[in-house]
Amino acid sequence: MSPDTSTTDFPAAEDLSGPLLRVKDLRTTFSTPRGDLTAVDGVSLELGRGETLGIVGESGSGKTVLSRSIMGLLPRSKTTQSGSILFEGTEIVGAPDSKLRDIWGAKIAMVFQDPMTSLNPVVRIERQITESLRLHTDMDKAEAKATAISLLGQVGIPSPAERVRAYPFQLSGGMRQRVTIAIALACSPRLLLADEPTTGLDVTVQAQILDLLSSLQAERHMAVILVTHDLGVVATRTDRIAVMYAGHIVEMASTRRLFASMAMPYTQALLKSTPRISDPSHTRLTAIDGRPPDLINPPVGCAFAPRCEYATEQCRIEAPPLRTAPEDPTHLFACWNPLQTGHAGTVTTAKGES
Amino acid sequence: MSSTIDAAEDAAVESQAIVPTRKRKALGKVFWISVIWIGIVFLLAIVASWIGLEDPNNGDFALINAGPSWSHPFGTDDLGRDILSRVIYGARVSLIVGFGAMAIGMALGGTLGMVAAYRRGAVDTLVSAASYVMLAFPALVAVIAIVAFWGHEIWKITIIVGIASTPLVYRVIRAATLSYATRDFVTAAKAQGATDTRILTRELLPNVLPTVISYFLIGVATVIILEGALAFLGLSVPAPTASWGNMINESRTYLSDNPWLALFPSLAMFLFLIALNLVGDTLRQSFDVQESKL
Repeated sequence: MSPDTSTTDFPAAEDLSGPLLRVKDLRTTFSTPRGDLTAVDGVSLELGRGETLGIVGESGSGKTVLSRSIMGLLPRSKTTQSGSILFEGTEIVGAPDSKLRDIWGAKIAMVFQDPMTSLNPVVRIERQITESLRLHTDMDKAEAKATAISLLGQVGIPSPAERVRAYPFQLSGGMRQRVTIAIALACSPRLLLADEPTTGLDVTVQAQILDLLSSLQAERHMAVILVTHDLGVVATRTDRIAVMYAGHIVEMASTRRLFASMAMPYTQALLKSTPRISDPSHTRLTAIDGRPPDLINPPVGCAFAPRCEYATEQCRIEAPPLRTAPEDPTHLFACWNPLQTGHAGTVTTAKGES
Repeated sequence: MSSTIDAAEDAAVESQAIVPTRKRKALGKVFWISVIWIGIVFLLAIVASWIGLEDPNNGDFALINAGPSWSHPFGTDDLGRDILSRVIYGARVSLIVGFGAMAIGMALGGTLGMVAAYRRGAVDTLVSAASYVMLAFPALVAVIAIVAFWGHEIWKITIIVGIASTPLVYRVIRAATLSYATRDFVTAAKAQGATDTRILTRELLPNVLPTVISYFLIGVATVIILEGALAFLGLSVPAPTASWGNMINESRTYLSDNPWLALFPSLAMFLFLIALNLVGDTLRQSFDVQESKL
């Protein structure tokens, strides 16, 4: 029982054929005391309706900034953005809050990493769920409450009619994250941004939350961007995966293709550092040596070169452009010495990234 | 309905109360005695005109500087006025100035503090700088100067003291808001489409409210002392209106003849202030939510 959002005003000639989201050459820069930090550097991607995209990368790779940029949630002061983010034909970059407020919660919603800090500790969960319903639909209090209870049921919270009166601290971590999902889903958004939705949770609860997200997504034909550092999380639950490093997308392919023939040594290194249940106990976790580069003074050449075992002289001098794999035009990667194939593909976008 | 619920997690939630429990640490006897005392003072100040007290401003000249007796439980002053009656009427002045001025201080300083902490940037820099300028100037001297210049009707004193308290309130509320303004739930509310006003009043205010309430009471106590100081300098409400500070001021000359005249208003002020501070402090402690306990 999802709330009826058909009452909210949509543009008359809504283009349902094009992609839901089209990000083009997005650049997000923060001014810091040390200088300008480009956290997202020339990212382009598209997302279709109902599609699931995984964005994977280490801490500081720009994945969170990218997701917040897509939503237009970054603080205005000290942030500069260029490029374009088109969501259903609406430009997000540079749009004023007053315009974005019609999109926030109603068409794009977000699930945050830590449900303890993303829920207001002194407000009953009822009001936290009904908040966006009251803002975006013309439901009255009783209708909104009934919807809130039904949403809590849908996210698998037992006895939702009583739970709706609870405060966040009365719920366990997994339950809290279910509540934040219910909040995000309240107005049936087209796009759900889930920023590390399971990182703050118990391992046993992680899978439940991810399965819940997948099933709700299927029911609602909602697009999801799943941001995580864990390739294991996105492996079975996404249609496509974008790997980010130092603010760039360094590899993007369908999930199947990526795991079958990954081209970037960074993707491989990420995969190697994922713990496996099949490993014998006391196996040392493989970590990627070194640190992510300083984004205030980004290195010349490939940003991953200093940590890459395949790096050559060329890698340190010239940044590899994003190009397509010869066998699969939807597989993009930025590497001079891709794994397996070993030879260069055709250059598609020759943006000389600095 | 979707997803299977992990039995363990479900059980864990089930064992917690479904109905919100209100198991709060007991506030203690001292707290409740203080609350009752504040209530009594309030009540007496309100009903002072109807409980058959002697006229506080017209005395019996045949009976001046008399000690406590049955007809005058607190004695009479140098003009033969009933001290009990004057202490009770005097509470009115202290209460009006104390609570009125803090209400003004909270309305101005509290609003500015919350907005500055939420918006940051230029607003914050500007208002904070202004508050430092005001704090750098001794408040009492400024208040004395303005009262001497503008006049000392009770509403003028309330406004002046209220504005004088604004920078302090501003700093406290700004600091309290700041610790919440950067939390994810503020971003989450924004991501739901809430306006800034809504975030301030419905998301941040409930979190800051405990600080507001406890600081309000402690602030009232400070303001009452300030009013007392003004009265002692003869700059509070004009005679013959009684206020605790006025009475202490008038008693100076007769301290050796009639110590009661100084004792009772001082005692009234002392007990009321200690009650306010105790209540404010206890509330602050019990509101002091520890993240680890959540």
